[in-house]
Amino acid sequence: MNIFAPIGRAFLTLLAQIGSLTMFTASAVSGCFRPPIYWLHIVRQMMRIGYFSLPVVGLTAFFTGGVLALQIYIGGNRYGAEAIVPQIVVLGITRELGPVIAGLMVAGRVAAAIAAEIGTMRVTEQIDALTTLATNPIKYLVVPRLVAAIVSLPVLVGIADSIGVFGGYIVSTESLGFSGGTYLKNTVDFVTHQDVTSGLIKAAVFGFIIALMGCYNGFHSKGGAQGVGTATTNAVVSSSILILAANYVLTSILFSK
Amino acid sequence: MANTPKIELRGVKKRFGPKVVLDGIDLTLESGSSLVVIGGSGTGKSVTIKCVLGILRPDEGEILVDGQDVTRLRGREREAMLRKFGMLFQASALFDSLPVWENVAFGLIQGRGMARKEARDIAIQKLAKVGLGPEVAGLSPAELSGGMQKRVGLARAIAADPEIIFFDEPTTGLDPIMADIINALIVDTVKDVGATTLSITHDMVSARKIADRIAMLYKGKIIWNGPTKDVDASGNPYVDQFIHGRAEGPIKMEVKA
Repeated sequence: MNIFAPIGRAFLTLLAQIGSLTMFTASAVSGCFRPPIYWLHIVRQMMRIGYFSLPVVGLTAFFTGGVLALQIYIGGNRYGAEAIVPQIVVLGITRELGPVIAGLMVAGRVAAAIAAEIGTMRVTEQIDALTTLATNPIKYLVVPRLVAAIVSLPVLVGIADSIGVFGGYIVSTESLGFSGGTYLKNTVDFVTHQDVTSGLIKAAVFGFIIALMGCYNGFHSKGGAQGVGTATTNAVVSSSILILAANYVLTSILFSK
Repeated sequence: MANTPKIELRGVKKRFGPKVVLDGIDLTLESGSSLVVIGGSGTGKSVTIKCVLGILRPDEGEILVDGQDVTRLRGREREAMLRKFGMLFQASALFDSLPVWENVAFGLIQGRGMARKEARDIAIQKLAKVGLGPEVAGLSPAELSGGMQKRVGLARAIAADPEIIFFDEPTTGLDPIMADIINALIVDTVKDVGATTLSITHDMVSARKIADRIAMLYKGKIIWNGPTKDVDASGNPYVDQFIHGRAEGPIKMEVKA
């Protein structure tokens, strides 16, 4: 039995995957800058990716802000530093938790939906049909989703930031005994321009990752229902992992001194 | 120019990994002719069509459409070439997100930039040609039976008055009466548009009805090619076995892929 053959085969498969993802990304990105651009599709996808994700992202942001306030209060209590709650909440939400939690929630919702839709189009030959009707499937299907996600995610995260801070505010004033005015003043005085923009930049990158992984996995799904299922799972898993990895890289770049 | 064939395949080879699917295909379609390629499942019939359309790229060989090698075309040149084609897919491959009329008009609106109103009128005319009334135009493809979906697929294939039409298993999954109706529609509409057609099927009734010439594909090669009337006296044991549907003969079904 040759133990090297399977290792080599796995490695070659990995290289082929990276190659095909790179080619796919290149043609998708270049498609964003070459006509025809399907504006109506971009708007429609913004509704699906951005607007309809608002409830789930808003709720998670609210509870995350609330629990953050609670934890910092309890932790800060050990040093008699409870007063720092508003500052840490706003920093944590805008820099990290807002973009990451919104990114992961949208990855679960949207990357899966995109992969399932495009995957079904692949296995029912609808993508081949697009080609035979002289329509480039990358421009028709991938570019609108990519553009919509890159634009929608920062907006979504901006709203999630506000709701997250609001969640911290509610918990602090209602159950931790903070005065509302002081809490807001401390928040506003402390937060900087860079805290918010760094989070929005992250959000745009996460949007790119979500749409790209959804489209890529859908486009390359094989077989029937099972293939579409696998593509959907892969889209969610790969976009979630890539979001967390990209978050680390972006943080180290954006806050390098 | 008069004797430039409409489509010519010269020594086309295609492999998927270690599996050789097309092993040097030579085929010629004269302008206005109707060729049917017969062969068992998995003999490379679909791959042949996908190579001509550029959905797959052959490993070797040339594919000439109107004397122009299409295997290396990209971008706009390729889209211009594809405007000559219409295709009816095996499972119709209608876009389930669009109503019936938009499916039919898709190539006109997206591929050629025609105004929607005008394209809708043409779509309704084409639907009438395949025996569907205007009341079907607003329905979603999922609301139609398989036979009606085939008709819509046919209307979509002929909507832009293509010079070349491909039929991929046009009668698969239909009852014998509906299959005969679709065959008759194919013959009529093709005559009407004056197109050159290439069909792939394993349904001999259908092949006899729509073909001028029949070619048989076996193990990646064309093993017989002649006028439809000669198919019963081909003297080729493979062709005899296939057209009579006998389990015994030189063709051994490969159960293992």
